Amino acid sequence: MRPDERTAPVITATGLVRAFGARRAVDGVDLALQAGDCLAVFGPNGAGKTTLLRVLAGLLRPTAGTAAIGGVALPGGAAARAQVGIISHHTMLYGALTGRENVAFAARLHGVRDPDAAAAAALARLQVADRADTPVRSLSRGLQQRVSIARAVVHTPRVVLLDEPYTGLDDTGARALTGMLQSLAAGGATLVLVTHQLAEGLALATHLAVMRDGRFVRQESRAGVDAAAYLVRYRELVTNGA
Amino acid sequence: MTVADSGGRTAGAAGGGIDWLFAAAVAAVAGTFVRAIWFTPLEALQGAAQKIFYVHAPSAWCAFLAFGVVALGGVLYLWLRDERLDLVAESSAEVGVVFTTTVLITGPLWGKPIWGTWWSWDARLTLTLFLWFIFLGYLVLRGAIEDRGLRARYSSILGILGAMLIPFIHLSVYLFRTLHPMPILMKPSHPSLPSDMLATLLLSFASFTLLYAALLRARYRLAMVRWAAAGGRP
Amino acid sequence: MAPDVLAAAWLIARKDLAIEFRTRSAFLSALVFALLAIVIFYFTWDPSAIPALDLAPGVLWVIFTFSGLLGLHRSFGVEQEERAIDGLLASPVSREAIFLGKALANLVFVLGVQAVAIPAVALFYNVPFGRAAPALAGIAVLAAIGLVSVGTLFSSMLVNTRLAELLLPMLALPFFVPVVMPAAQATARILAGRPGTEVIGWLKLLAAFDIVFALACTLAFPHTIDD
Repeated sequence: MRPDERTAPVITATGLVRAFGARRAVDGVDLALQAGDCLAVFGPNGAGKTTLLRVLAGLLRPTAGTAAIGGVALPGGAAARAQVGIISHHTMLYGALTGRENVAFAARLHGVRDPDAAAAAALARLQVADRADTPVRSLSRGLQQRVSIARAVVHTPRVVLLDEPYTGLDDTGARALTGMLQSLAAGGATLVLVTHQLAEGLALATHLAVMRDGRFVRQESRAGVDAAAYLVRYRELVTNGA
Repeated sequence: MTVADSGGRTAGAAGGGIDWLFAAAVAAVAGTFVRAIWFTPLEALQGAAQKIFYVHAPSAWCAFLAFGVVALGGVLYLWLRDERLDLVAESSAEVGVVFTTTVLITGPLWGKPIWGTWWSWDARLTLTLFLWFIFLGYLVLRGAIEDRGLRARYSSILGILGAMLIPFIHLSVYLFRTLHPMPILMKPSHPSLPSDMLATLLLSFASFTLLYAALLRARYRLAMVRWAAAGGRP
Repeated sequence: MAPDVLAAAWLIARKDLAIEFRTRSAFLSALVFALLAIVIFYFTWDPSAIPALDLAPGVLWVIFTFSGLLGLHRSFGVEQEERAIDGLLASPVSREAIFLGKALANLVFVLGVQAVAIPAVALFYNVPFGRAAPALAGIAVLAAIGLVSVGTLFSSMLVNTRLAELLLPMLALPFFVPVVMPAAQATARILAGRPGTEVIGWLKLLAAFDIVFALACTLAFPHTIDD
């Protein structure tokens, strides 16, 4: 990787705001993530974590503030969206199509050069290749989620946004996901992981943040943070009324 | 509690001070009716039934004017994203429905004694009927969407497309035969109406337009009150 | 490189058609509805008083709109199930491409139903379409373009709402008037062997509607789908 690619921030945000009418779901978020970083965002329901991801994914326009993905300012249109893969607790799959068809379709949408091969490879990495030719709606929730993850990463995105990706995954699936995320990060992808599973988040993250009422009330590097102590502090932060 | 309207003037809350614009409009319309009934000659062929014309024609004008405002509000909203523009469009649609319904009621009332049928598929009346459907569709769509931003965007699109539809409906219906009385005002030379009737007609157009403006403003104020109560901020 | 607008539209259309072909339920429902309606209409008037030739065009094109409406809802319904629409919107394809792809799939759907409905009318109403068949096919394509442009846009707006199946006809039918009227009038005149001059005016109106609204709906779609 070229030196400037390593050091230039891949995801940046300054005072990012997203409002729905009078309600500010994201109320001033600052971010600067390099290639290979993984930011775990924890926080109570309704904190704005999903909205933040949707803005970064290009599904919502920022109301105020600035943000950029790979140097492309948001809303960045196709140039920004091409770099992003998004995973949520909805599978974003077409039930009537097979896993292979779903993932190949996503590959084609992103202009991947050999879509069928890329789809097969992604499905294999998520260990779901043997069920790839049945309609997705007849798969279990956990297998559907794995297909969905394959769909999100088939174009080897620079940025992967994950909204509660461990939902519905069994042990095998969770390990496959963690392994995939680790190899993506090692390959230089930048991850933003929203999760309630503090353990998984702490295992993967290079940076930690706690979001409440639309802003990061705590943001720090993972290095030097003791997991057990963090758990305690987190509960305090989240249950504290003020 | 005072509410600032878009013109910058303040007014009492609903129930408070007098809406002078509305009062003036009502007076103007009443004056027009007095003039139409007692001080304007009877039309030779149609008799007393023709007097409805002084309600029918200006109502039609106001109905289409109202829709124009809906469409314009939609365009401006999509451009400027100011929610108040959407509220103007909404208010104009509700007022417009009333005027459109008036046209659709007075039309047959006028037509029955003159043509012998309640509904004659006259080109202009049919166009107004479709305008009525579009207004209703607009209001029903608004009622079906909770999210304010989504509602504003969808309504704007529908308003703009509806405005684009009107000329096509007009052309479609025009290709049919029309029974409407000759457009006595639209002749390039001079109108065929005698000056007394013309004056009454112009007066009715003016007073009805004033009434439209008054109703629009009143309805908009109500929309602003609701919006402020729901947390909207200018 | 992400596919360009036409390639992306075609990709999305193929995907929609693959899904529809897999289940076929919407297509068959629309088809059966059209056939049933054609048959039922036949029994609603006295064939000795009014020849079938006079009623066939009206029946054909009215049923065209209602069976078309039936198929439109599934276009965005399929995207809503598991928020698949987010996958489309987060990809680099343009919103116009999404609209064109969906409209194209709807066009195939509607023309597929017409391909059966038109011969059915010829059969049940004893109408010799024969020489008029190419002209009818042309009218069907023009009418389908108009219907699908407006219908695809409105179904994308309504998929989020309650009572979507009721709202879609209510909103869309006024917009179908400049489609149905020219189609039926032109069909009637062609079948009656009237001179082309009487037909051309109606066809021009239909073509103008298609051009204006296909463009307008394509441009309007990003405003409905983007927030």
